[in-house]
Amino acid sequence: MNLTLKIWRQANAKAKGQFETYVVKDVSTESSFLEMLDILNNQLIHEGKEPVAFDHDCREGICGACSLRINGHAHGPESEVTTCQLHMRNFKDGDTIVIEPWRSRAFPVIKDLVVDRTAYESILQAGGFISVGTGGVPDANAIPIAKDDAEESMDAAACIGCGACAATCKNGSAMLFVAARVSSLAKLPQGQVEAARRAKAMVAKMDELGFGNCTNTGACQAECPKGITINHIARLNREYLKAKFRS
Amino acid sequence: MIKLDSKIPTGPIEGQWTKHKGAIKVVSPANKRKLDIIVIGTGLGGGAAAASLGELGYNVKVFCISDSPRRAHSIAAQGGINAAKNYQNDNDSVYRLFYDTIKGGDYRARESNVYRLAEVSNLIIDQCVAQGVPFAREYGGKLANRSFGGAQVSRTFYARGQTGQQLLLGAYAALNRQIAAGTVKSYSRHEILDIVLIDGKARGVIARNLVTGELERHGAHAVVMATGGYGNVFFLSTNAMNSNGSVAWQAYKKGAAFANPCFTQIHPTCIPVHGTQQSKLTLMSESLRNDGRIWVPKNLSDVKALRAGVKQPSDIAEEDRDYYLERRYPAFGNLVPRDVASRAAKERCDAGYGVNETGLAVYLDFKTAIERLGIDIIRERYGNLFQMYEKITAVNPYEQPMQIYPAVHYTMGGTWVDYNLMTTIPGLYAIGEANFSDHGANRLGASALMQGLADGYFVLPYTIGDYLSHEIQSPKVNTNDPAFEEAENAIKAKIEKLYAIKGNQTPDELHKKLGCGIMWEKVGMARTKESLESAIVEIQALRKEFWSDLKLAGKPDELNPELEKALRLADFLELGELMARDALNRNESCGGHFREEYQTPEGEALRDDENYAYVAVWEYQGEDKEPVLYKEPLKFETIHLQQRNYKD
Amino acid sequence: MSGSIFTSSIGKKMFMSISGCVLVLFLTFHMCMNLALVISNDAYNAICGFLGANWYAVAATVLLALVVVLHFALAIVLTIQNRKARGTIRYAVTKRENGVEWSSKNMLVLGFVVIIGLALHLAHFWYKMMWAELQGAHEVVVGAAMVAPTDGAAIVRYYFAQWPYLLLYLIWFGGIWLHLTHGVWSMMHSLGLNSKVWFKRMKCISWIVATVIIGGFALCAIAIFLQENFGILNF
Repeated sequence: MNLTLKIWRQANAKAKGQFETYVVKDVSTESSFLEMLDILNNQLIHEGKEPVAFDHDCREGICGACSLRINGHAHGPESEVTTCQLHMRNFKDGDTIVIEPWRSRAFPVIKDLVVDRTAYESILQAGGFISVGTGGVPDANAIPIAKDDAEESMDAAACIGCGACAATCKNGSAMLFVAARVSSLAKLPQGQVEAARRAKAMVAKMDELGFGNCTNTGACQAECPKGITINHIARLNREYLKAKFRS
Repeated sequence: MIKLDSKIPTGPIEGQWTKHKGAIKVVSPANKRKLDIIVIGTGLGGGAAAASLGELGYNVKVFCISDSPRRAHSIAAQGGINAAKNYQNDNDSVYRLFYDTIKGGDYRARESNVYRLAEVSNLIIDQCVAQGVPFAREYGGKLANRSFGGAQVSRTFYARGQTGQQLLLGAYAALNRQIAAGTVKSYSRHEILDIVLIDGKARGVIARNLVTGELERHGAHAVVMATGGYGNVFFLSTNAMNSNGSVAWQAYKKGAAFANPCFTQIHPTCIPVHGTQQSKLTLMSESLRNDGRIWVPKNLSDVKALRAGVKQPSDIAEEDRDYYLERRYPAFGNLVPRDVASRAAKERCDAGYGVNETGLAVYLDFKTAIERLGIDIIRERYGNLFQMYEKITAVNPYEQPMQIYPAVHYTMGGTWVDYNLMTTIPGLYAIGEANFSDHGANRLGASALMQGLADGYFVLPYTIGDYLSHEIQSPKVNTNDPAFEEAENAIKAKIEKLYAIKGNQTPDELHKKLGCGIMWEKVGMARTKESLESAIVEIQALRKEFWSDLKLAGKPDELNPELEKALRLADFLELGELMARDALNRNESCGGHFREEYQTPEGEALRDDENYAYVAVWEYQGEDKEPVLYKEPLKFETIHLQQRNYKD
Repeated sequence: MSGSIFTSSIGKKMFMSISGCVLVLFLTFHMCMNLALVISNDAYNAICGFLGANWYAVAATVLLALVVVLHFALAIVLTIQNRKARGTIRYAVTKRENGVEWSSKNMLVLGFVVIIGLALHLAHFWYKMMWAELQGAHEVVVGAAMVAPTDGAAIVRYYFAQWPYLLLYLIWFGGIWLHLTHGVWSMMHSLGLNSKVWFKRMKCISWIVATVIIGGFALCAIAIFLQENFGILNF
């Protein structure tokens, strides 16, 4: 299949970017979206042009590195997939595809389609952990955990930190990301001990970094490649308010 | 001239680790504060080590090439992590895990290291649960287990099909806690391009800031390589796109001996290659072999009909299916170790029974399991894997069997380390997949996670203290030392040289030639003396081609993935040759290393314990010079050497 | 370690929720009161009398006004912050995400619709009733006639008898309905009173609450129009 690509090009963080149009030919429908970009880049290099920079690594939907906004959707039109799992059979010969980087004040563009997601790191560093050192812990089976709780915790823990939620949200809110971590730990007895401290610290950090305020549109869950739901945001709200009123 | 001292403790194997821990020195808290450690890599090994070392009070700098430590490729491990908890009461024990690992590794691993691994495996599960890893549970609230290849007990702990992700997030959380506490400083989007030695000791690294292209010097009293494996030498593998062997290779060139480079694991259950545009292979978890049955048609006429699309796999009658693993290995059936399963698939495909257009695929079928357990249980166990398969192939595995084929997955070989995990360079450590020590010639499923975390949480933090206790008098490393200057200039010169070539082939094009053209064909699943000899010649020629015909885009002082690829490829072009040399030297078949000349009449790997029960350790001699081989003999004092048998 | 609840994002949302909740309760009461008018002018005027220029009614009105101001001011603040958080460059292509309601993304727009309608509404009724009473007026101008400010029934009937006003009000009700369908469950969600199990139920409850309240208002308006113009539906 042959495709026309409109891709955001930006030399570096300070440069002004713009869209460039490229044509790629003979792409196999079996190829992944990123393989299609590999083909484009190889072509650009041979034409003496600068290849398009984009983040990617595992290419099996788990590392969370890939981060493209494709035709108005984070990770493309398919639901519950990352860009690297998106395959060209979802497009038609002759299609025009618009590829943009994540757009959010907290995720500045570094180059082309690569953005800086350090803000997510900072939020997790603020309290996205259980304060337990290496060693000196009880036997793994010492604390029974209800299967449903473990499953719900796992639902939230599936977050890959790709940034699609904040990049999609019309408010630039990172609530789904923060909620996923807070909720995952809050569902487990081990995480209960410092649940209040965690919720307060992570929300304060999120606010400080300039993310927006959640208005419950649900756009984040629609675009989340791991199907994490905004129910976890409800739990975060609960955890946070509970923590605030008790202190 | 290197001296291999494996520092294996004496005495009965059960007490070695305890005895060793008691014998090695420790560093006082006040002195820990004065000592700097660099950890390269943030996967399970690196992440766990950096967090644990930071918590102990050392000043830790941790580097990763991704934009976040959480993206290290440990995250992609699906199936689970082994531990000898015996929660299932199926007569599991530390000894049995140890035995299975040694046997699974085809008797080419160090007994003492493996025993220690089995011993600390239980601590890992405790640690991870305490960190909030949401392992699968039974209704009673206790931990659930599943079975994995090469074992007859259920000892694998799992979190859906995302165990690696959950364990890594646990280690990453511990790391974040230390970063917040200020004991660990994290450098993301940084690639280490060289290890710096002063007076023969590892004293720092040269890093390239991948965003700005700047070269940075970082000094430390010890350096830990947790850089994973080098499977990407094959271009197509299940490794992440950025996984590479460059740090290990630079260390090798600086004097860290490299062990068993030819031991590569070919994983039996990957999604088959779709065509020449493929950049990456996707693994389907080994856990699928718990309930999935592997087969090809018995009749070539059915094969033809399947390839032509005239028949669907579900049309093939039960009696016309050849469940070849169950046929050949009745005792273990579909749960034979990976090397055995891979070779069996290759054998069937070579015989013409491959089921897709390329002839390189077999079926992994859940029909029987769905009939036996119901679709809901199968969905609960493997739902996310089935969904992933369907997204990639557009085939619904609930209705039609999956197509799978072996692919490069893991490298058992790696930097040689002693019992303390120190390389032949004092102060330089290698942990996790980056070292060679625990998996012999074949790694069992769910053991990579175990090793990464064992090394990172429970081995290195102890053993590194023994070395650092002698360094408490050493001042902070001066990065203005001529050794740093020299290393940095060498990298600058190398980058300039790459840009000066101005040839016609991109790094990817050359990498494909190396990986798909030479390595997979000649140093892949089946090797011969002839294939290996010609591989060496071809790799040398390709290396020349690389240095005379590379076309490199972009500039050195910017975010430049092409330059990253070129630098890594330059190393793969040398490492590939060493792999071929090592494979050529090893005139036997064992585990993942299969020399066609050495097989039993039934086609099983035929070991030569008389002549090859050793670790092949290679020392670098200089550019284009043949490396020197050292042998670390493997002594089997606890387990008797015998032919592996998965039949009965 | 962590900021004040008044400035935090979740804190602001909490105040949005609480003020929203007060307004929903007020609307429920107001709708019930209107139902009385359909049945009996006297009954309605009795309630009006109760809510006339009494200190508690005035206090409640002031409080209500403060809640409206708070709800609206917070909405403006949140929107400004949110626009800033999106960054300076917008996406070239935007599509509605699967399952996302239009109203949820346009609550401020709907809020403006509500406010404009409210201004009209206050001018029509409150100004001529409670305000006039407070000013000590004995008669107010309603169309061509003079009516006592305590005769709320007459004032309401005057406006709802005219179809352009009816239409205007029905459009306004539509806006409030959209605002409420998102607002009610969102309010519970922001307070953390939602979960995996309750998510669908909460949305359903939200729809029912919005429909009952707005349906009640709309029915009253239509019933009065029919009573005044066609003499039907008289009780």
